[in-house]
Amino acid sequence: MINVVIAELRKLRRPTLLLSTLLTVGLLSGLFTSLVFLRVGAKGGNGKRGEAITAAELSHATGFLYGFKLVGTFLGLVALCVFASQTAQEYTYGTLRNLLVRQPARMKVLAGKFISMKIFAAAMVIFAGTITISLSYALAGHAKVSTSLWSSGAAMHLLAQATLNIFIQTLSFGLFGMILGLLFRSPISAIAVGVIWTLILETILGAVISSTSKWLPGANFSNIGEGGSLLVSYKHSLAVTLCYLLLGSLIVSVLFKRRDVAN
Amino acid sequence: MATPPDSTIAISTSGLTKIYGDRAALSDATFTVPAGTICGFVGPNGSGKTTTIRMLLGLISPTSGSAYVLGEKISQPENYLPRVGAMIEGPAFYPALSGAENLKVLANLGGFPISRVTELLEKVGLGERGQSKYKTYSLGMKQRLGIAAALLPNPDLLILDEPTNGLDPSGIHEVRELIRSLARSGTTVFVSSHLLSELEMICESLVMLREGKVIFTGLTQELLKAQTPLIVAIPEYAVDLAKLVGIVTAAGFTSKVVAERLEISAPVDWSATLNRLAFEAGITLSAISKVLPSLEDTFFEMTGDAQ
Repeated sequence: MINVVIAELRKLRRPTLLLSTLLTVGLLSGLFTSLVFLRVGAKGGNGKRGEAITAAELSHATGFLYGFKLVGTFLGLVALCVFASQTAQEYTYGTLRNLLVRQPARMKVLAGKFISMKIFAAAMVIFAGTITISLSYALAGHAKVSTSLWSSGAAMHLLAQATLNIFIQTLSFGLFGMILGLLFRSPISAIAVGVIWTLILETILGAVISSTSKWLPGANFSNIGEGGSLLVSYKHSLAVTLCYLLLGSLIVSVLFKRRDVAN
Repeated sequence: MATPPDSTIAISTSGLTKIYGDRAALSDATFTVPAGTICGFVGPNGSGKTTTIRMLLGLISPTSGSAYVLGEKISQPENYLPRVGAMIEGPAFYPALSGAENLKVLANLGGFPISRVTELLEKVGLGERGQSKYKTYSLGMKQRLGIAAALLPNPDLLILDEPTNGLDPSGIHEVRELIRSLARSGTTVFVSSHLLSELEMICESLVMLREGKVIFTGLTQELLKAQTPLIVAIPEYAVDLAKLVGIVTAAGFTSKVVAERLEISAPVDWSATLNRLAFEAGITLSAISKVLPSLEDTFFEMTGDAQ
């Protein structure tokens, strides 16, 4: 298994993929954190869906995590695209046959791929966290936000919790992308279906029948990143996410193990 | 049901069949490939060569029948694939990675030493272009990289699907020499190609397919012996060809005019009689010779395909 992980990391660390991902994550992290701090008190709000976050709220122990939490869903979408393309491209390039000749245990190939992408996702989350927190400190003065509580023990605990939640959220979106990649065997189709479902269809469904939001995969993945909400609890989202991903993983694992590699 | 072969057999199949829907891609294929030899795998496009190779590599499962590779059942590819090198349906690599990085991915995956990569790139003539991205490679370079990847495990069995595709004449010569040298060191090479003349030159044995069925399996020499040699007669004047055909037909043999010569299916010792009959008819033959049919001719004769 470790051989598969090392081989997959070799593909993931290629400059074009690594630099473009880091650049995207860096830009998004910078953008969201800047909006939170530079638009304090502005009309139209500075948080998610127009929510207004005051300087006093930003001065709490959770203040430095607003940007990090805001960028969480987008980290998930980046992971969805990366995981889907890394999986489906094996079919479009015809490289799957090489992989399976060199490592015929198909479940090891799949597990190794997932572990390597997990490492990639963890690096992405840590990078986003570093950017958003550094920028929060840099912009705190401009927004007249006190940072004294940001380094307290409680703040460190909240940071660990937020990092874990955003990591679970990112990984859930990524695994969703990987499942789509294995089902569609085409990066373009897998990414298109994943992004359209998450950004458009779930929004429309949630707006038309609000009760569905509680059961939609993307909404629940995002809710984990936010640590739960008043409408949907963290535990509920974790359970729904687990059900979706276990079922999806089971289906694609059986398909991947049994399907002929004929391309 | 094939019995587990001894160490003198590299590949053995028994009744191997693959059916897609209502179409049999391979039907009841039974053949063996002796260890340490170069065996050619010949057949027109769509005859089932790649399907067979994919089954031997554990990529697709047979509908029925059985096969052993290096003494192991094909249902357990993990038992023999670490000793098998393969290039299937041309090279397939990651375009954004360099040739060397692509090989390192496969070396990591198979647990082979990374030091093999530089050595193999040199061996296939890509030493100077190893750091270039795969997408910048010519077809010939891609093919060479595919061969290098197949050699990564230092294989006991090498399976190559059309290895000379896209190579220039010197590249084809190099691949031919490489295959010969591997066979000399004890590697079994199972090579498919549409260049029948190419296989005739390097293969000791052959497996021939047509429409998913094995139509010949055995030594190349046996195949060549299967067809009677031809007498080739060239009259001094091309206008005499028709008269010459008449003489051959009257003697009860068949013939075919190819360019300005006549190919006659008759016993070689009839040449003297032909020469005398032609002289009596006032025809001067500028040449009369015996020609062994090429593998290609034999193949087309057996498969019934028009040349």
